[in-house]
Amino acid sequence: MLLIYCPYCEEERSELEFRQAGDAHIARPTNMTEMTDEDFEAFFFLRDNVKGLTFERWRHLNGCGRFFNAARDTVSDKFLTTYKAGLPRPDLSTLRPATEAIVETYEATESDAK
Amino acid sequence: MRKYSVFAVAREAMRGHRGWEAQWTSPEPRKEYDVIIIGAGGHGLGTAYYLAKEHGITNIAVLEKGWLGGGNTGRNTTIIRSNYLYDESAGIYDHALKLWDGLSQDLNYNVMYSARGVMMLSHNIHDQQVFKRHIHANRLNGIDNEWLTPEQAKEFCPPLDISRTARYPINGAALQRRGGTARHDAVAWGYARAAADRGVHIIQNCEVTGIRRNPDGSVAGVDTNRGQINAKKVGVVAAGHTSVLMEMAGVRMPLVSYPLQALVSEPIKPIFPCVVMSNTVHAYISQSDKGELVIGAGTDQYSSYSQTGGLQIITHTLDAICELFPIFRRMKMMRSWGGIVDVTPDRSPILAKTPVPGLYVNCGWGTGGFKATPGSANVFAHTIANDAPHKINAPFTLERFRSGRLIDEAAAAAVAH
Repeated sequence: MLLIYCPYCEEERSELEFRQAGDAHIARPTNMTEMTDEDFEAFFFLRDNVKGLTFERWRHLNGCGRFFNAARDTVSDKFLTTYKAGLPRPDLSTLRPATEAIVETYEATESDAK
Repeated sequence: MRKYSVFAVAREAMRGHRGWEAQWTSPEPRKEYDVIIIGAGGHGLGTAYYLAKEHGITNIAVLEKGWLGGGNTGRNTTIIRSNYLYDESAGIYDHALKLWDGLSQDLNYNVMYSARGVMMLSHNIHDQQVFKRHIHANRLNGIDNEWLTPEQAKEFCPPLDISRTARYPINGAALQRRGGTARHDAVAWGYARAAADRGVHIIQNCEVTGIRRNPDGSVAGVDTNRGQINAKKVGVVAAGHTSVLMEMAGVRMPLVSYPLQALVSEPIKPIFPCVVMSNTVHAYISQSDKGELVIGAGTDQYSSYSQTGGLQIITHTLDAICELFPIFRRMKMMRSWGGIVDVTPDRSPILAKTPVPGLYVNCGWGTGGFKATPGSANVFAHTIANDAPHKINAPFTLERFRSGRLIDEAAAAAVAH
């Protein structure tokens, strides 16, 4: 189970209190009635579905109830950082890359077994 | 390929089992193939098999970054059913179910398809209304599905607790008698053996690192860790990693990848005669021929490629199993594992051409792809061979997320399925 730091409560809490809420830093269009089908598809349905570092929204549902953003590695599930909604993407070069951590997943341990 | 039969078993028994040959070979990749399939799971190997068998295309490579059948094909709960609500889904899943019926004979490989019945439990009036709607819709599509009272459900599955004081009381069930299970590994192995026999190259430990394009945009081949391999047609059948591969061709997909977990108990004597599912409390259970109870949980709530999952997810499922079947409360769980499932917004698959000429994609099966393996492979082979979809998979396009013509099984089932 993940431990997630809520930037509003300023506390590390169990994953059970949180809910992932999709990609972060997506500006909701203000002209939806005028958008082309292509643009609406790209906004509403298409996802980068990143393998590796991703920026996403989380909600402290069973806590303060507020949305915040997180940088997470989707292979190791490790959170690099969490930050308040509305803030720009943090500079990750100051944070330790998640790939340096020991990752005991199938991907890391078995996928290149000969 | 030497045919498997009772005579082959007898012959080999006489000479110490020294004459069995390898089920498939591991050739060096050629420089060029007619078709490359990325992903040697059941759907990918099946696609190669049907391309060779029904469309006469045998110059095919199936590339697999790990080992054959080591992805979701080997990580599911092997449940087979076709009682989906919408006409499009009924068409493709029942096409698969009909192929399951003769698959062992077709492949000369025992896939252990067992039509032992799939029973879906109804716990409240909403379940009852939804299931009865499903039953009527299924029967209009010629798919068997029937309503059982709690007593009939208990008769069909004796370990079930139908008492009124149960934590999750049962007010009925929907039963598809043709539903059941099959041996997942045997499906991959059977397709691999039959495809290799027809000349298909199965290349394991070969990871695709790029998709090459011609100046006109069409597919030219793939880059792999074993060098460049050319082909005019490439089929991506990579389940949870579809987004990663399609990104190599510049195509963004309407997919999110989640871990989905399953677990098995210690083996016990035959006690559980059918498959039982409960959408409301989210548990799936059946008993394998080895005697293990095979239990399926829900997906994790956040996207991930980790091939593990949260412990609280399987704990929740076991809570439900123990309430539904109090007889299993003291059983020990032996193993649990996770697979990465690719989920579409409408929870229906995508089997289609893509905006890139020569690139085809078979993905989005979410949490329920195993049951569709033969049907999916069969119509995907048709799509690749003819550069046009079969009428069964014609609605499962990539463009439906632009046109809005969704096949909304997500709303129909109210859970991932």
